[in-house]
Amino acid sequence: MTLEMFFQHCFNALTLGSLYALIAIGYTMVYGILRLINFAHGDILMVGAYFVFFGTFAFGWPWGLAAILAIVGASVIGVAIERVAYRPLREAPRISALISAIAVSFFIESLAVVVFSGQPRPVVQPEWLITEWQLGQVRILKLTAFVPVMTAILVAVLLYVVYKTKPGLAMRAISKDIETTRLMGVRVDNIIAFTFCIGSALAAASGIMWALRYPQVHPYMGIMPGLKAFIAAVFGGIGSIQGAVIGGLALGFVEIMAVAFLPELSGYRDAFAFVLLVLVLVVKPTGLLGERLKEKI
Amino acid sequence: MKLGKRLAGLAMLALTLGFAGQAVAAEPIKIGVYLPLTGQNAFGGQLELEGIQLAHKQMPTVLDRPIELVVVDNKSDKVEAANAVKRLTERDKVVALIGTYGSSLAMAGAEITEKAKIPGVGTSCTNPLVTMGKKYYFRACFIDPYQGAAAATYAFENLGFKKAAVLMDMTNDYAVGLANFFSRSFKKLGGEVVANLKYSSGDQDFTAQITELIAKKPDIVFMPAYFAEGAIIMKQARELGATFRLMGADAMDNPDTVKLAGKAAEGFLHTTFPYDPTMPTMSGEAKKFTDAWKAAYPEKDTNVNGALGYNSYFMIYDAIKRAGSADPEAITKALASTKDLVTPLGTVSVNATHDAEMPVGIIEYKGGKRVYVGEVTPKQ
Repeated sequence: MTLEMFFQHCFNALTLGSLYALIAIGYTMVYGILRLINFAHGDILMVGAYFVFFGTFAFGWPWGLAAILAIVGASVIGVAIERVAYRPLREAPRISALISAIAVSFFIESLAVVVFSGQPRPVVQPEWLITEWQLGQVRILKLTAFVPVMTAILVAVLLYVVYKTKPGLAMRAISKDIETTRLMGVRVDNIIAFTFCIGSALAAASGIMWALRYPQVHPYMGIMPGLKAFIAAVFGGIGSIQGAVIGGLALGFVEIMAVAFLPELSGYRDAFAFVLLVLVLVVKPTGLLGERLKEKI
Repeated sequence: MKLGKRLAGLAMLALTLGFAGQAVAAEPIKIGVYLPLTGQNAFGGQLELEGIQLAHKQMPTVLDRPIELVVVDNKSDKVEAANAVKRLTERDKVVALIGTYGSSLAMAGAEITEKAKIPGVGTSCTNPLVTMGKKYYFRACFIDPYQGAAAATYAFENLGFKKAAVLMDMTNDYAVGLANFFSRSFKKLGGEVVANLKYSSGDQDFTAQITELIAKKPDIVFMPAYFAEGAIIMKQARELGATFRLMGADAMDNPDTVKLAGKAAEGFLHTTFPYDPTMPTMSGEAKKFTDAWKAAYPEKDTNVNGALGYNSYFMIYDAIKRAGSADPEAITKALASTKDLVTPLGTVSVNATHDAEMPVGIIEYKGGKRVYVGEVTPKQ
């Protein structure tokens, strides 16, 4: 393998890894606060991508406007899902909420098939994003650099919200002890709704970038990225934002490098990801950065 | 007077005999048709039925006997398909049958015809398993892997490429079959297969595979993908600066291919059946079919499924004519020896595994348009 090729692979991996990281953050945030694996996360991603598709393609809005409206729309849907499907189950056993999440996921997918039809649709990429820089043999599409940069910005904003603001403080408090937080006068339901709002906004943002990178939308587009990002979140230590970023990037690199160094085994790249996950969990059951938490009843 | 009476009597006799003869000859030959006319495959089934009915209109009698079509809906369901074939063979006593769109439905039907010892001709069931080990089942189409060999022949002989690579979905039988046949044929022709890369269904990131392919410098990459992921592969290949040509198979034959891939589709090639409404030069039979279709269904475009339905009927018609009998065993024998039958889909011969061998059509995308560039007969 030449050095140029290696760099090309690194860039491919960085872009894919950033996408996984961004999706994984949404998973990990909701899990960290509610101990709920929000299986509908990947489907919110799909909804966000569809909003952008309709905004740009059907209504001809500029990309920026369509992206903002898509993020707002997806956030509203995320909050509505929480209100309808998770809040009534807050006191129920955790497995009930999990089943409810799976049901929501199926519901959104099926609804999307009915409303948007099952046909894949093309997404129009903005021209400036699909021009490239040529560094020797390495071609860097502006888009492939745009994705990691956007991910970094969004992670920075998220860390600021969680660690430097009042609602962030309340979120962290809820993740430690929901009842005590309530006794401290925090409106727990509002904070949880806010968490879903941010989580869905992140999902929509990753959906938009996913649709830019792989310019197609279809109702089941969220399943595989959702699954992979879930692995990334567990790998990094579910509940930890930094862990999700590291997990996502690691997964992206493993997948790309597995193909790069073992091309004859290229069909088994998912297996490499899973083997890595198993190895990490055997050595460190809480994931790379996960804290060992006492099981809460 | 007497003579006159006699003559009249003779005439009467001749007339009655004649009538009697005609009455015997008028006994219709029944051909069964089972197709999905409702359910998820209804669209394809309907097109094929129209093709069969058109052929029936063109060739209504054989051996001086009229042909009667008995059409049964298999409702896109395997159990219904088996029931339909049972009904056709046992109750309607058909001497041969046609069907069906959908390989899994045809497999269910072929089990029954095998027991009933009635010959069947599949319309567009391209899975190799449909006729595998079956004495009485045939098909009017080629099998999936055949296209792989055709693609290799086109790439090597017509385009003059010496180095090829393969990119396939290893979890999909269709893709694996085609890719393997492509590699085998390309090597036999004297070419070199420089890389064999894989992915699995649902993958959307192919950058690693494409970077790897670029490094191996093939002239052409064969990727028998479905159109949605095929379009993504084309786009990513272009984004990474790939200069090799890409070639697919009939699963890429969808109007959305060019919509999804946009400019990246330029120069993309794929194999398909050798009938297309846009073909520049039509053979006499294809032209006849097209004109007859337009006269019969003025509001509908001609299509390959209609042509395959037409061909299925034509193959049975030809077999009965050559056998000189409507006996199912004789028809089966004649079907197996079908050779160089001139049809709208080119010259058709039935091979040892009961598939119809015919030329394979090649489509190329030029200037954002799907162009039928010609046909190729696979070598090796």
